[in-house]
Amino acid sequence: MALLDKHKILETNATLLLVGSFLVVTIGGIVEIAPLFYLDNTIEDVEGVRPYSPLELTGRDIYIREGCYVCHSQMIRPMRDEVERYGHYSLAAESKYDHPFQWGSKRTGPDLARVGGRYSDEWHVDHLIDPQSVVPESVMPSYGFLLDRPIEGEHVGELMATHRMVGVPYTDEMLEAAAADFAAQADPDSDYDGLIERYGDSAQVRNFDGQPELTEMDALVAYLQVLGTMVDFSTFQPDESR
Amino acid sequence: MSKKPTKLEKDIPTTGHSWDGIQEYDNPMPRWWLWTFYATIVWGIGYTIAYPAWPLVKGATEGVLGYSTRAEVQAEIDSFDAANEGMRQKLVAADLNEINSDPELASFAQNAGGAVFRTWCAQCHGSGAAGAKGYPNLLDDDWLWGGDMEAIHFTITHGIRNEDDPEGEARYSEMPRFGTDELLESEEIDQVVNYVMSLSGEPQDASMVEAGQVVFEDNCAACHGDNAQGDREQGAPNLSDAIWLYGGDYADVRESVYNARFGVMPNWNTRLSEAEIRAVAAYVHTRGGGEEPAEEASE
Repeated sequence: MALLDKHKILETNATLLLVGSFLVVTIGGIVEIAPLFYLDNTIEDVEGVRPYSPLELTGRDIYIREGCYVCHSQMIRPMRDEVERYGHYSLAAESKYDHPFQWGSKRTGPDLARVGGRYSDEWHVDHLIDPQSVVPESVMPSYGFLLDRPIEGEHVGELMATHRMVGVPYTDEMLEAAAADFAAQADPDSDYDGLIERYGDSAQVRNFDGQPELTEMDALVAYLQVLGTMVDFSTFQPDESR
Repeated sequence: MSKKPTKLEKDIPTTGHSWDGIQEYDNPMPRWWLWTFYATIVWGIGYTIAYPAWPLVKGATEGVLGYSTRAEVQAEIDSFDAANEGMRQKLVAADLNEINSDPELASFAQNAGGAVFRTWCAQCHGSGAAGAKGYPNLLDDDWLWGGDMEAIHFTITHGIRNEDDPEGEARYSEMPRFGTDELLESEEIDQVVNYVMSLSGEPQDASMVEAGQVVFEDNCAACHGDNAQGDREQGAPNLSDAIWLYGGDYADVRESVYNARFGVMPNWNTRLSEAEIRAVAAYVHTRGGGEEPAEEASE
């Protein structure tokens, strides 16, 4: 048992103990975390998932700025009750262009991972202005001021370029057209063919907040309306090993 | 100070450390603790064999039990589906108008439909189905698009003014924006608003009612009817009752005429099964205003 008695060396030498502890934690970390980046069954490509359009990305920034994530998660867990209430459980691929992701383990409000298309734009605007007008039991605060805050797409290209730095595959073409796409998505009378070509049919073009000006409300509602709608679950076949 | 060590104390080995004359016994760990510790190690090894665990080159070990979160939730959903399958098939096979008169089906539809309503419909129509401004009350007998089972079922299936319905059957009507698109003079709008308000209550300015009636007959009666009783074929609301979807104040009614209102309801055929739609239709039908099919009512 000579080797086992050697622990005294570690125990009586603080620096050596620190180095030893660090090594153990490092090995544990590498074994647990590193494989997630290369294992086939932790990386799943799903058809339909695309980077956010400029307007949606701006809405996402507003969502984060206002701290919506404090009460709302975007992660439907694979449990029957959640699937019944919110829809198909979330796939990792659905948040692969989220930086940072909006998962969560605490909900004060409902999960929003599949809120897109569930309510009308009018409902979202009514609800953001005065949540209790449509859901009397709600404790959500009012976000009506978003209607009074005009936005423009001048800098959205830079925001997208930043997202590209962390791995979102925005093309040069997308960055160049960012400001135009930004405005086009909220204006059904505009020429939005380029937007649809770049972002696909899941990019919805509407005047989201119902008033002529392009406001933060448009952006936030555009973002909410796309959540969870990119993957077509009528054709998606879940691979059970993932 | 120096008390002699007892015999027991002398027999126990010490760690050899000594701080200010205080020594530390080198007692063995209690047996129960030690064996529990060994048991957790054995259990941990067994766990990694039974369940997915060890990362390899391309994949991870799958575990001898073949466990998968996705398979488990699917199996649970399937088991509930299987338990409900019989009743769901009966519900889908039944004549829509018979559902609420068959006690077994009605009871199933009330429970299943109630659950669907509270999950999917309550956010707009209210958890008690009383609606809110802009979202119809389903407890009264005033219906925009019809209140018999067929009509309710159709509305839930395809929704209203949405572009998502795969069959393109969403109910659709578009009232002109009489003010925004300058179809009526501002004064004419004031007149017609006063006329409409006079039908179910007090106009703001009684002197305008008469002129308003002319404006109404020329511009509104085609959809809302000569007596403003509405037209369910076009989703044109009855304006002669005191039920107001968007509020009955002068300003509210004027806004409805000036800028029109286009309420949207999602189509549920892509989110709910036919059985669920039928259940929630039966649930809504029994909230208070459900109507019998038209041919029976006319007899």
